[in-house]
Amino acid sequence: MPRLSYRRALTRALADELARDEAVFLLGEDVQVGASLVTTGLAKRFGTERVRDTPLSEQAFTSFATGAALAGLRPVVEFQIPSLLFLVFEQIVNHAHKFPLMTGGQCSVPVTYLVPGSGSRTGWAGQHSDHPYSLFAHVGVVTVVPATPADAYGLLVTAIRHDDPVVVFAPAGAMDLRDDVDDLTPVPLGRGRIHRFGDDVTVVAIGHLVHDALAVAEELADQVSVEVFDPRTLYPFDIDGLTESVTRTGRIVVLDDANRSCGMAAEIIASVVERVRLLAPPRRVTRPDGAVLPFAPALDRAVQPGRDQLATAIHLTMKDTS
Amino acid sequence: MTDADPVRLYRTVRLIRRFEERAVELVHAGQIVGGIHPYLGQEGIAAGVCAALGADDVLAGTHRGHGHVLARGADPARMLAELCGRVTGLNAGRGGSMHAADLSIGVLGANAIVGASGAIITGAVWAHRRRGRDTVGVSFFGDGAVNEGMLLEAFNLAALWRVPVLFVCENNGYATTMPVAGAVAGSIAGRAAAFDLPAVQVDGQDPETVRVAAAAAVDRMRAGGGPELIEARTYRFDAHHTFEHAVRLDYRPPDEVTRGRARDPVRIQGERLSDTDRAAVDAEVEATLDAAVRFALASPEPDPADALTYLYASGLTARTGGG
Repeated sequence: MPRLSYRRALTRALADELARDEAVFLLGEDVQVGASLVTTGLAKRFGTERVRDTPLSEQAFTSFATGAALAGLRPVVEFQIPSLLFLVFEQIVNHAHKFPLMTGGQCSVPVTYLVPGSGSRTGWAGQHSDHPYSLFAHVGVVTVVPATPADAYGLLVTAIRHDDPVVVFAPAGAMDLRDDVDDLTPVPLGRGRIHRFGDDVTVVAIGHLVHDALAVAEELADQVSVEVFDPRTLYPFDIDGLTESVTRTGRIVVLDDANRSCGMAAEIIASVVERVRLLAPPRRVTRPDGAVLPFAPALDRAVQPGRDQLATAIHLTMKDTS
Repeated sequence: MTDADPVRLYRTVRLIRRFEERAVELVHAGQIVGGIHPYLGQEGIAAGVCAALGADDVLAGTHRGHGHVLARGADPARMLAELCGRVTGLNAGRGGSMHAADLSIGVLGANAIVGASGAIITGAVWAHRRRGRDTVGVSFFGDGAVNEGMLLEAFNLAALWRVPVLFVCENNGYATTMPVAGAVAGSIAGRAAAFDLPAVQVDGQDPETVRVAAAAAVDRMRAGGGPELIEARTYRFDAHHTFEHAVRLDYRPPDEVTRGRARDPVRIQGERLSDTDRAAVDAEVEATLDAAVRFALASPEPDPADALTYLYASGLTARTGGG
């Protein structure tokens, strides 16, 4: 059974799509040498016309991709740093996302924005450590956060073939994961995955936190039966799959490495409680409100949602049961 | 490829002029909700530039975009229907005045974000050229846009990658109410020089002058040259936006407005025609617009149940907001 790292799964997906479809091309800063380690070897194989290094002009090359998509190509734009998405939020949200509706269906904008190394990379501090997926889900841009190598491959392939803009967040905390991979296939949008079945509480975990949730579930196995639900795409969200899970367990805890207020955790809980009568109040484990990641490693870790907090939240949920 | 026929150039400026005047009337009559940014006085630029383009070329405009779309050949009736929010509009009533687009003739959209057209057009032209086509592009923007970073980044990308984009600055002297002198350090042509973009300043009130300058630039670009910039000096005859008709902002000296209006592109081009030819064009334009107004006002409004149709090209559907 071949073992594949998360990072190489992304590379494989890019290579397969570049080989499959002439319309696909890659654009970004330092992609030819592969500074993110995701695009390594692609310029040599596909040429610098299709694997294009850009100047540091994030706003222009993001809209350049929009124009190229309007003209029939399928650009993949890589951002080495998640915070660059704040800089190009305008170009993605106000242009790429809005063009189909504003033109009355005259066009599509099939651009993929790939963000390898999203979230905290220890020591990268305030402006390199955000995980801004909630912003894109909020405005309705397709938002993908794979947790495993197979899903990283399958979701990136799907994103590139998708006819609307898609942001693919590859969490820094997942990049070095390796997994046994039998079969690499596209993964559909809007379909979650249950990594572990349980009866007492559904833990929804996003991206790399799926692995933390699984570890906690294992630790607590003799006390609580934890189901681990990985949405895989945050927009569209697999609310039917999650509803089915929570209907069985009656309890929900969300683990989300993003700020608390107006975050995905809040949205997930709201969507579930609209549909399911819970046995206990829902809980969420997130970064603090308005958090900016501090530099010192201990401070950085203190701001990220941790396994202990999750275990506590699970226990409280069980205790709160009415 | 260039269309040097003075009658056709006159027809275009006259069509835009009367379209805008009819649209302003429809704003005041409450048929166009939200108002418009009239292109009155600036018609010579869109008409002159578009006369220099071929069928495969692409352009993107601005929130003051009606002239660009009409000069490129969009159906005035469907365009007016769009302004009126009707389902028969170019954008099925989803775009309105600031987003009028007709992809079928290479109009990638009026764009309501200042400076946005440059990078989008650069990407589109690059993509068409990669597929072996002879496309050139035009990015229209106002003087206010030359202080937007996104546009300056686009100058750099286009120049660096030698993408044949004609950057057309419509310098009408004001960014909403901010005069150029209070907004632009250095000069507009100086912005171009920094990126080695050849730049010319032209009299935007003379459609033929604009056409000649654009045709020369397009010929050079088509022959393998990189992007260029034209700064067309112009004057907007009317308000920044029709809301000014109600609020009466006071920022332009009356004698300046009088002087500006004296240089009328429609009159300047019209004087190159015989009285007979001019009268024939005027009558034809009037008939076209009468029909356009009838078509627009007789067209149905979109069904509210379809408000988010077209949100996703992929067919994804959004959850509803209610209940």
